[in-house]
Amino acid sequence: MALKIVKGSIDRMFDKNLQDLVRGIRNHKEDEAKYISTCIDEIKQELKQDNIAVKANAVCKLTYLQMLGYDVSWAAFNIVEVMSSSKFTYKRIGYLAASQCFHEGTDVIMLTTNQIRKDLSSPHQYDTGVALTGLSCFVTPDLARDLANDIMTLMSHTKPYIRKKAVLIMYKVFLKYPESLRPAFPRLKEKLEDPDPGVQSAAVNVICELARRNPKNYLSLAPLFFKLMTSSTNNWVLIKIIKLFGALTPLEPRLGKKLIEPLTNLIHSTSAMSLLYECVNTVIAVLISLSSGMPNHSASIQLCVQKLRILIEDSDQNLKYLGLLAMSKILKTHPKSVQSHKDLILQCLDDKDESIRLRALDLLYGMVSKKNLMEIVKKLMLHVDKAEGTTYRDELLTKIIDICSQSNYQYITNFEWYISILVELTRLEGTRHGHLIASQMLDVAIRVKAIRGFAVAQMATLLDNAHLLTGNTQRNGICEVLYAAAWICGEFSEHLEDPMQTLEAMLRPKVATLPGHIQAVYVQNAAKLFATVLRKHEGETDSHAAQETSQLLIDRLPLFVQSANLEVQERASCILQLVKYIQKLQQKKVEVAEEVTALFAGELNPVAPKAQKKVPVPEGLDLDAWINKPPSESESEDEKPKAVFAKEEPKHSRSRHTEVDEKELARRREARKREQANNPFYIKASPSSQKVYDAPGVEHIPVVQIDLSVPLKVPGMPMSDQYLKLEEERRQKEKAERKKEKKKKREKRGKERKADSGPESEEDIAPAHQVDIVTEEMPENALPSDDDDKDPNDPHKALDIDLDKPLADSEKLPVRTHRPEVLKSPAEDRVNESIPQETKKRSGKEKKEKKKGKEKDRKRSKEEKKKKKHKEVEEELLESHPEEAVQSEETKEAATPPTSTSAEASELDFWLCSAPVPPAAQEETAPSSAAAVDTSSAAAPESEPDEPKDAEPEDTKSSKHKKKKQKKEKEEKEKKKKKRHHHHHHHSNAGGEDSVQNGTVEEEEPLPPMSNYFLLAENSYIKMMKEDADQVYDIQGNHQDESKVVVSVIFENKSDSFLKSMEFNVLDSLNSKLQRPEGAGAHDSLTVPFQLPPGISNEAHFVFSVQSIVMPQKLKGTLTFIVKSDESSTHEKLDFKLHFTCTSYLITTPCYLYDAYAKLLESGDLKGSSLRLEGINMPFHHLLARICFHHHFSVVERIDSCASMYSRSIQGHHVCLLVKTSDQTVSIDAKCDEPSLLGNVLDEIKQTFSKC
Amino acid sequence: MIKAILIFNNHGKPRLSKFYEHYTEDTEQQIIRETFHLVSKRDENICNFLEGGLLIGGSDNKLIYRHYATLYFVFCVDSSESELGILDLIQVLVETLDKCFENVCELDLIFHVDKVHNILAEMVMGGMVLETNMSEIITQVEAQGKMEKSEAGITGAPARAVSAVKNMNLPEMPKNINIGDISIKVPNLPSFK
Repeated sequence: MALKIVKGSIDRMFDKNLQDLVRGIRNHKEDEAKYISTCIDEIKQELKQDNIAVKANAVCKLTYLQMLGYDVSWAAFNIVEVMSSSKFTYKRIGYLAASQCFHEGTDVIMLTTNQIRKDLSSPHQYDTGVALTGLSCFVTPDLARDLANDIMTLMSHTKPYIRKKAVLIMYKVFLKYPESLRPAFPRLKEKLEDPDPGVQSAAVNVICELARRNPKNYLSLAPLFFKLMTSSTNNWVLIKIIKLFGALTPLEPRLGKKLIEPLTNLIHSTSAMSLLYECVNTVIAVLISLSSGMPNHSASIQLCVQKLRILIEDSDQNLKYLGLLAMSKILKTHPKSVQSHKDLILQCLDDKDESIRLRALDLLYGMVSKKNLMEIVKKLMLHVDKAEGTTYRDELLTKIIDICSQSNYQYITNFEWYISILVELTRLEGTRHGHLIASQMLDVAIRVKAIRGFAVAQMATLLDNAHLLTGNTQRNGICEVLYAAAWICGEFSEHLEDPMQTLEAMLRPKVATLPGHIQAVYVQNAAKLFATVLRKHEGETDSHAAQETSQLLIDRLPLFVQSANLEVQERASCILQLVKYIQKLQQKKVEVAEEVTALFAGELNPVAPKAQKKVPVPEGLDLDAWINKPPSESESEDEKPKAVFAKEEPKHSRSRHTEVDEKELARRREARKREQANNPFYIKASPSSQKVYDAPGVEHIPVVQIDLSVPLKVPGMPMSDQYLKLEEERRQKEKAERKKEKKKKREKRGKERKADSGPESEEDIAPAHQVDIVTEEMPENALPSDDDDKDPNDPHKALDIDLDKPLADSEKLPVRTHRPEVLKSPAEDRVNESIPQETKKRSGKEKKEKKKGKEKDRKRSKEEKKKKKHKEVEEELLESHPEEAVQSEETKEAATPPTSTSAEASELDFWLCSAPVPPAAQEETAPSSAAAVDTSSAAAPESEPDEPKDAEPEDTKSSKHKKKKQKKEKEEKEKKKKKRHHHHHHHSNAGGEDSVQNGTVEEEEPLPPMSNYFLLAENSYIKMMKEDADQVYDIQGNHQDESKVVVSVIFENKSDSFLKSMEFNVLDSLNSKLQRPEGAGAHDSLTVPFQLPPGISNEAHFVFSVQSIVMPQKLKGTLTFIVKSDESSTHEKLDFKLHFTCTSYLITTPCYLYDAYAKLLESGDLKGSSLRLEGINMPFHHLLARICFHHHFSVVERIDSCASMYSRSIQGHHVCLLVKTSDQTVSIDAKCDEPSLLGNVLDEIKQTFSKC
Repeated sequence: MIKAILIFNNHGKPRLSKFYEHYTEDTEQQIIRETFHLVSKRDENICNFLEGGLLIGGSDNKLIYRHYATLYFVFCVDSSESELGILDLIQVLVETLDKCFENVCELDLIFHVDKVHNILAEMVMGGMVLETNMSEIITQVEAQGKMEKSEAGITGAPARAVSAVKNMNLPEMPKNINIGDISIKVPNLPSFK
């Protein structure tokens, strides 16, 4: 036995390790594949051994082979084995292999769940780290669901090394398991303020990644990010945040205003190019979002453009590239500021670096105007000639076409020039974009009627010289152009000077070498030309020419009849028969031209690409309705309904096609024409219809009557340059003419001319032709929306989740249980099951325990901690305690307290409107906020206390071990009516309203705005406003009797002096203590982390720990600060009283299930009390909203003028209200398991309504 | 997000490939080949960004690369990453490798891909930048190295001896062959800290 082990380890020494493998592969260069296959055989042998070291070695080698492209998925199970080794060395090898080759389809992944969980909770940080790293690469939806909770716990690990990895991996978890986003988000947010920069950066990273996809959900984080931006020095973090702001500003222009100043400061101050660049980018985004509102940002634009110019001029190609990239963004909204740098950009076209040239091209696209289009295109054409490498040349070609055709040919003044450009482009060798040119030719010829004559002439030349295009088989792409040429010549053959010649060109034998679809067009259009020729010659008595033409067709067409291409064959044989028939008629001297022409009569109109999609469904047509009764199951086969539309239709239409003779065709065409003539939406050729062309996109194409000087006749290939010269001359002339005109008070050029002034401006350049661009046809009352459907498979779509809504019970993260079905079962079951059982069992015990005090609690939680650990090691243990699973589920709930929309929204609003930045804007906001303050100070003499923030302190590692007492009770309450107002910040109490709507809803008036800021204290220098508690955070890991409350205070500097060194201190009571940093004495004051320039306000948060919550508290405090003006500085102080009401300890906890609520009330553990309010004359829903808003209740059910409401204290007391109203009396019956808490809450409710 | 990190040499031989999205082995090889094709034909002193990201993901993607001596370091990233930031990250990676391998050269990467992977894992996790502070990265890498050594303990010694023997007679010892080390000089990278 021992010998075997020794032998095994000696064998092992001679196993190949990774280095040997690599070396071997390098030594077998010639027969690498063979060598590797023997190696794989060896590896397979090694994997069969029991020795984990051997296996790990084998897996390590496999990882290398995987990189070389060998599939190693067959070893997946062995990889899992190695992953589960207890040795870090092997574990790491296993996880690395897994991260390289596992994916969602790997079935052994499901075996890893427990192993990974074990590693995650390993006491060695590197085991955890390796597991997290590996998991980040192969996490699947199942793994994400099962492990989300464990990873979330790790986010509060003591080691920053683990924290940052856990935070980062959450993004992957969210992607795979979107349900985890909401429960995990509060903690993620909290990590934004982690003391470790690495963790902070990871959190920023994750939130930025999330926010990039669904920015609107993260708008409420803007103040926090703003703070980070102004305080952070880590460039990585800054860049991410600045990029994030770039995504947020389009949604909230006020944010942009606030950002401009700090960003410009950064631009001026930073030495890091990367940061500078991102700042510029975001400033651009801000400017884009503001472009409509604020005109006075030219300075910022100038700054950006200036900085970008510096980048572009830099010798570093990277900077040059990025500069151009950012420039193109400015271009979209501020083209003028970019256009002045045209020189620089044109210069970049000559750069040796292709990426830079491409960027410059992009920029040119936006820089063209009517004035410089020809010039720019000329430059580009030069580059086309010079360009080596087809990709770049093709890129140039598409850019030229893009530039010219953009916004409906807006910048083209001379279409003859454009056609010549297109024709010139056909001479490009080996381009792939023949079809692009072809479609442009077609488009222009169809839509610009005036150009048809010219276009047809050019196309005829092209057809004549087709051999130039087709000569080389390499140049296949370009022959697409012939498709367009043939069609244009055929369709508009009336413009042809010598149709006979073109016809001849189209029937050359060489044509048979063209691709089938082009031949088909040739054949068809040959027939059109034939018709034209016939009509031309019909008038002349000499029928000889006409007969010759027929003969030509009869001679040449058989070539096409033999074509292998079906389309060509079919058309050719059809037309051949037709021509033969015509020939017969001709011989009988019958006049046929009219009829033949009728074959091709009627005009084709361009149809917009999305027209079909936009045909509105006529009223009364239900597309989903059955046309016939659906066949019932029992019906026999033969009774099958006939009108299966799809089947019948095609047959029908085809037979029709073949049957119809030409006369019938002509008749129909006539009928259609008549119909079209009566249809006002049909765009037709007649001049009268021109008034119809008022569709968008056309009006900027001026329709001008010009007595065209000399129609250009350039023999052969036209040179576009000539047009350029000509155009210039023309413009000169026009200018001169215009001047004359001005004196003559214009007579000729009616429509378009507006008073022209000074130098030639955009609008002054008139097109050289009578150009009317036919717009594409759209169906009647087409819907304007043309959103491209988003990719439904985008994983980020699932993450579009409102993060501000309070968490519902059903949203908790799944926690291990031995019966996972329980997790998935609807919330109801859980509430029903767990609450009554558990609470009854526990509540009694716990109450006792609580009395015994903190000591004991501490002990208990320790015990639990131990238990927990135990649990994690041994799964079975857990399985025998289903109760515990439920319990930890509950803890989870506590761990992720709800965030309230209203608080978030108001915070954001407040933050945004207190923007200190633009002085003009500030003046606006200042008075309003001052007014707001007045009302608040008048309305709220005794302020309501404390606002909880999500800033949870650090010490939350043992987050899981808290038991929530679950007790429920019923209480009923009465109400009076009175009014109360203190409004500023508009507050839509979303939570409240939502729940109100749970009940029956009659039509309700909008709620008056409510605010939760109260004046705390004020003197001539400073004003302190405290935010009312909207929710209180019961920090995880704390003992039950000690809860933390965060108070946020707004400090506003009312003086003209600078306030600094502000120190905040409170006299602690036995029950409530201000949390001071470690090491500070019990009476030390806290430094407010900012200074206040005149007129500025800022917000600070203070954490208090509170032991008993059943009584309201008042704390005395002092704020000391130094007032610094130019000449002097004085010490000042301000006393205030902090008032913690009992309601501030209530957490808005939605209770959606009436059953659970009823059970709670029936349980009998709750003690009742009631309240009666007289003379309340506000609407019932206002009253409810008020209770919801100010006292943190949520409506469980509402029936008419009676509603039941629920809330829970941070220490788990249930508070239930039954609110009834009749006349002006409101009665509130209340129940709670803590009578004194209830009494105080009721008192506070009474106060609320007595104030209004 | 970083979509992929590729390291290959002047001949396109992969030295490390890390894909943060799943592809089959064949596609991966094709991506490596095409990326090499794109990158290798570019001159030395032109910009380090390439919009050939069509291979991976879509038009949102960019290739950002640096060329050191015999090796190309290519990152394929989407638009949420700062271009200059990634360039700097590559620099951090190479400097870290240089510190960990003491004057890194291509052979170190050839024979110790696993180590390179481990170092990379401390910098980038699941496609997101984890750590950019070089000393922090090195601390973690070294701590793990120590752990590995302590685990190998006595049993590791004979294996090391054997591998030393195996290496003795082979002509190809990493340190004997000087393919030229990856010299770290980044003249035109703007300071980024």
